[in-house]
Amino acid sequence: MPIKTDAVGKEWPGVTYQVGREKIKEYATALGLDNPVHADVQAARAAGFRDVPAPPMFAVVYSSPAMAPAILDPEVELNFAAMVHGGQAFEWDEPACAGDEITTTAKCLSIEEKDGKGFYVFESNSVNQDGARVARGTWTLIVRGV
Amino acid sequence: MAELNVGDQIPELRVTPDKYLPHRYAGASGDFNPIHIDDEFAKMVGLPRNILHGLYSMGLVAKANADLADGDPRALKHLSVQMRGMGMPEQEIVVTGTVKSVDGDRVTIDTVAAQGETAIIKNAEAEVRL
Repeated sequence: MPIKTDAVGKEWPGVTYQVGREKIKEYATALGLDNPVHADVQAARAAGFRDVPAPPMFAVVYSSPAMAPAILDPEVELNFAAMVHGGQAFEWDEPACAGDEITTTAKCLSIEEKDGKGFYVFESNSVNQDGARVARGTWTLIVRGV
Repeated sequence: MAELNVGDQIPELRVTPDKYLPHRYAGASGDFNPIHIDDEFAKMVGLPRNILHGLYSMGLVAKANADLADGDPRALKHLSVQMRGMGMPEQEIVVTGTVKSVDGDRVTIDTVAAQGETAIIKNAEAEVRL
């Protein structure tokens, strides 16, 4: 049975995430990021940030709530149980800082079958409360045995 | 940071995630997929044990590159990776990188994260502004 590609081009409504200082600290601690700007607002301001900045890969934290409804959308028909996260890319612009409200929209870029595996590629676009782009993500999910 | 040239190695990053790291990363990231935090569940679905989050390993690749700018979160402009092998808790991860191109203040670095002979992050390309 050929892989279903009806969802290619579909966009999902934006989901807003409020960035918090303690969440940034928790994330930075888990990753062992030792730059004090992630934990100390004085250090952050001294380094020119308006508040504690998120590490770049914190992008997964503020964009995941927008990705889940796309990946789990019945129209996409992605077999979540057989899925692996095969590839990920981010491009960063304006840093995300504590206090920001970041809105992420998800889009399905492509669905293809290769060697019996399904390759589902989604894009995320994240903008802050001023409309400035914070990050763009490309998420490649691979499903075995489609 | 000394000037980087094509072919230079970036400083190696070595991290051994402890047994409970996947739990802390799950809490920090919000990804509670049981294959990462439940050893019994992971074995039931055919994995050798609970495995690291691929995005945690990618986070270490981001750190190794951002460390070129003393961990300045503004320095990393782009990072793309492939997650292929499975990362295991309690095994050392070694992140290595080679400068691929230099264009003014923009440096492109090819990076790999491996545990022993197993590459867990492959074909990683980072763009850092120094």
